[in-house]
Amino acid sequence: MVNRIVVGAHYGLRDWLVQRATAVIMLAYTLALVLFLLVMPSGFAGWKALFACSWVRLLTQVTLLALLLHAWVGVRDIWMDYVKPVGVRLVLHVLTILWLVSCFIYSVKVVWGL
Amino acid sequence: MKKMRFSIYRYNPETDAKPYMQDYEVEIGPKDIKLLDVLTKLKAMDDTLSFRRSCREGICGSDGMNINGKNGLACLTDVASLSEPVALRPLPGLPIVRDLIVDMTQFFKQYHSIKPYVVNNTPAPERERLQSPEDRKELDGLYECILCACCSTSCPSFWWNPDKFVGPAGLLAAYRFIADTRDEITSERLDNLEDPYRLFRCHTIMNCVDVCPKHLNPTRAIGKIKDLMVKRAV
Repeated sequence: MVNRIVVGAHYGLRDWLVQRATAVIMLAYTLALVLFLLVMPSGFAGWKALFACSWVRLLTQVTLLALLLHAWVGVRDIWMDYVKPVGVRLVLHVLTILWLVSCFIYSVKVVWGL
Repeated sequence: MKKMRFSIYRYNPETDAKPYMQDYEVEIGPKDIKLLDVLTKLKAMDDTLSFRRSCREGICGSDGMNINGKNGLACLTDVASLSEPVALRPLPGLPIVRDLIVDMTQFFKQYHSIKPYVVNNTPAPERERLQSPEDRKELDGLYECILCACCSTSCPSFWWNPDKFVGPAGLLAAYRFIADTRDEITSERLDNLEDPYRLFRCHTIMNCVDVCPKHLNPTRAIGKIKDLMVKRAV
């Protein structure tokens, strides 16, 4: 195979948009959580009451998904910038995906108390 | 006459094992106003010192260099504004030819990759292709680029991926032709940049805006290209 510089993967815009949209979701959730913390009773009872609501769990789960997608684009950017051998980069991409998917499965267990 | 101290990057690949910084002391006369004036004086003292220069008035973009840690044109930099010893290095991130002279091949390769010319396949009118004053105004702040490479060589994304990331100078030029109403291949130009490397390596660090000797804003142009891509996609 000749050693040519190849570009044109055509997913630049999609990932850029995903990173911005997920950032907005995380910001909104953080602001909402701060507001809740200000009004809810402190201690275990308060937290338990808050997470008894299904929609709080749902919003938390959506935000965690946003966080993982955001992290995927960011971490992949780091590998793309600093790791030049394609084989090593591919391995790092796969390991990152495995780690993030594991985090997601574990987050489902934690948020929904399974 | 006031004396001024300089510390200049020296490297001749034919004779030097590795680069080194050489100290100089120069008398600054009343006519030595810009850094290029002093460099010309230094060249008369030590003719082995190499740097590029041509127009000496900020139009040709030849004498881009790293001045006290910040990229700029020697011919536009006031000597009085510099703190001593003045450290002069070549533009970062490009291969060194000799002393302050860098190999700009990669930089121009990226510039050429965005097709820096109007493409219009409609038969030309008898006199010229006209633009409205409003359409022409959109090109202000874009066409003035002199390709000195100060911006691209201060961009970390360009340092890491000079072969794949177009760089701020190339992207400013890309938007100059995307914005030109006489150009007919806007969509093809956007396709050419719709890539995780070519355009989206820009993480809005804005070093390019900070150093541009012509006070242009490549970051804004890059933002406008992204806006057009979103407009096209959603």
